Amino acid sequence: MSEPAPEAVLVLDEVRKTFGATAALTSGGITVEAGSIHALVGENGAGKSTLVKIVAGVHRRDGGTFRFQGRDVDFTSTADAKAAGIAVIYQEPTLFPDLSVAENLFMGRQPRKSAHRIDRAAMYEHSELLFQRLGVHLDPRRFARGLSIADQQIIEIAKAISLDTALLIMDEPTAALSGVEVDRLFAVARALRDEGRALVFISHRFEEIFALCDTVTVMRDGAYVATQAVAETSRDEIVAQMVGREVAELFPKTPAPIGDTVLRVEGLHSTGKFHDVSFEVRAGEIVGIAGLVGAGRSEIARAVFGVDGYDSGSVHLHGEAVPMRDPQASIKAGMAFVPEDRRLQGLVTESSIARNIASVLRRGLARAGFLSPRSELRAADAWAQRLQVKTHALDMPATTMSGGNQQKVVLAKWLATEPSLLIVDEPTRGIDVGTKAEVHRLLSDLAGQGMAVVMISSELAEVLGMADRVLVVCEGRITADIDRDRATPETVMRAATQTHRPEAGA
Amino acid sequence: MKHTAATLLRSREAAVALVLLAAVVLTALKSESFVFSADGWRNLLVTPSMLVILAVGQTAVIITRNVDLSVGSVLGLTAYMTGRIFIEAPGTPIVAVVAAAIGLGAVLGLVNGVVVAVAKVPALVVTLGTLYIYRGVFLTWAGSDRINASDLPDDFLALGNAQIASVPVLSIAALAVLIAVGYHLYYSRGGREMYAIGSDPDAARLYGLPVTRRVIGAFVLSGALAGLAGVVYAVRYGTVSSGAGLGIELEAVGAAVIGGVAIFGGSGTVWGAAIGAALLVTINRALPVVGISDFWQRAVVGGLILAAIVLDRVLALRRERRLGIERDTRSLA
Repeated sequence: MSEPAPEAVLVLDEVRKTFGATAALTSGGITVEAGSIHALVGENGAGKSTLVKIVAGVHRRDGGTFRFQGRDVDFTSTADAKAAGIAVIYQEPTLFPDLSVAENLFMGRQPRKSAHRIDRAAMYEHSELLFQRLGVHLDPRRFARGLSIADQQIIEIAKAISLDTALLIMDEPTAALSGVEVDRLFAVARALRDEGRALVFISHRFEEIFALCDTVTVMRDGAYVATQAVAETSRDEIVAQMVGREVAELFPKTPAPIGDTVLRVEGLHSTGKFHDVSFEVRAGEIVGIAGLVGAGRSEIARAVFGVDGYDSGSVHLHGEAVPMRDPQASIKAGMAFVPEDRRLQGLVTESSIARNIASVLRRGLARAGFLSPRSELRAADAWAQRLQVKTHALDMPATTMSGGNQQKVVLAKWLATEPSLLIVDEPTRGIDVGTKAEVHRLLSDLAGQGMAVVMISSELAEVLGMADRVLVVCEGRITADIDRDRATPETVMRAATQTHRPEAGA
Repeated sequence: MKHTAATLLRSREAAVALVLLAAVVLTALKSESFVFSADGWRNLLVTPSMLVILAVGQTAVIITRNVDLSVGSVLGLTAYMTGRIFIEAPGTPIVAVVAAAIGLGAVLGLVNGVVVAVAKVPALVVTLGTLYIYRGVFLTWAGSDRINASDLPDDFLALGNAQIASVPVLSIAALAVLIAVGYHLYYSRGGREMYAIGSDPDAARLYGLPVTRRVIGAFVLSGALAGLAGVVYAVRYGTVSSGAGLGIELEAVGAAVIGGVAIFGGSGTVWGAAIGAALLVTINRALPVVGISDFWQRAVVGGLILAAIVLDRVLALRRERRLGIERDTRSLA
């Protein structure tokens, strides 16, 4: 590794961090120059998030060099890091749901009229200005509760750029954003760079890295691998550095015999969420549900599975009516649902991995009504191995795992119920290429074994590569049902952005 | 018209105030002197003052997603100390005694806060423990002894009847506390941080808010106000026996919940809690006037708390639905 240039804003070298028996970082490093946008890439569990959290003051390193603006630093809290001029946009939004949008932006540094009086009018005004800069329309007075993930992400971004920071770290800020919002974010990021600030950008989307960043640092297995100028490298080279081997990137679905209808949804309607939704899914078929974020895809999936209720319509599995708002009955009938937000809905993050995997099996595992940790471990082990969950012990809490491994645990948990219908919502969101291909291969295998799969995804390439049929949702309605051979980025996007008939909206 | 009524009812403070007003009016119809007599008017204003003070402190704690169950014992202990000071050191200025009571309350609150915020033990457990410990200290100190009105100086007892412009001094004190804390929670950065902490403690820590300091602050405030309430108790009743303040912590929590303070923190105002406290006290006094038995009085209080929680749930569901429709119209636009 070359000598860090004297003007580097952030220098991390040989940074080590262990959690219990797990070494999250063995030799982490990155050198970020002022006035540049630096991409940080690596597979799941490569240690990116841990590195970021050390810089942010969430974790303290066990050893190694940590220099910020030319001084050795050692932050003991997020407040320290913030005061030093570091802002972080975390992967998962961290908002206060009971407070207004504006208060979320300015908490702890609200504009004041006097020492004891917050100037709310000024706060709202500043918020409007920030949103204008990002080109979005959000009411600063409304509560943060109930905002879509995309809007929450925008608030995080607005919060970070409003701080006068020397270093801005963005951990997958674009995961939930639409194309236009991503463009605006990039414009703002470039403006910040041109002001001489340093930015670190973590993403799994290579197009974004090549469009936005100047430099890229690759990490693998908790260690620094290489730093290069983006202009002098290629996607293939970065991928090879990340995984240490060449990977087939998007695993296309292997053809499978299509069987009988497994799921039939008819005229599903829920005020304010979706309208007149009808579709069928057959055994061995992967049906992709595409659409913009907030179009109502997840809401439809949640209603079908029975998490949420609906106003009218019906759901049939193998010809049998599935009762509304009864997930237990759905599971018994053979449905499995891997939700979008794995941290909130898919995992008991404080519980052990084994317990998470075994949680939906409880009844089958219990002996005389009691559940032994050993039977949980036994049931979990088979699935964890099959999915190659990287962790040292199944009895560790799920919260210590990386995003990709968490997703695998959620999948394992549901596959252990041996469902006939699997609904996955954004199965590869925030997951690196290596794991992504594994998830794709797994879904393809499952369909090959005769499982019916419904896959919701915002990534067009994933939908086009995997799905036998693409349903496009726009503003709560299914606007297209496209077969594999007719599905192109153009046909799908046209249906996803199709404007609504005005008389129906009134 | 319909719109304004709906907006008004959506504000919990207004809704509870309406219920309070209705209770007062209905009781006054039955017995005019409940409101329209010198005594009735004074009692209407002065009886809620002690619970209002406690409910304000409790609200500050609940907003941070904690609870303070020790306030009843703190109240008893400080009320007894107030009397003791007048016995041991007659002639001590009243202001000094009040300050001592508030100070003792603050120290007891500090103990709660430190154990909760630093040792990270759930507040429910910690303050349940100190509820018994503080009460135990009180019992040991007092023994079978009790403070009688004759032990207290006349000008101290006179505070119970003193009025300024036909408003009792004790009510003014409670109102002053209410305004000060209400202002702090709404206008100061520290106050807003307390809401943020209760709304999502993990996010607050990640954000870098001074969580430990704010939580300790809330407990100190609650303790100090319980100390002040102890003085009010001594003034109002003149006698302080070992049962002083027994069970009043639950009334304080109940008042906050009725007033719209979310039990899991993050939302609600001291105004609501204060109106809730006034409602609890007033209903307790009104029910015997309209001839309802003891048993039902308790049940009415319980019913109010349940009604408040059901109302919260219904409103939350409706809000969720409205946000759904709003999201739809936004995407249409």
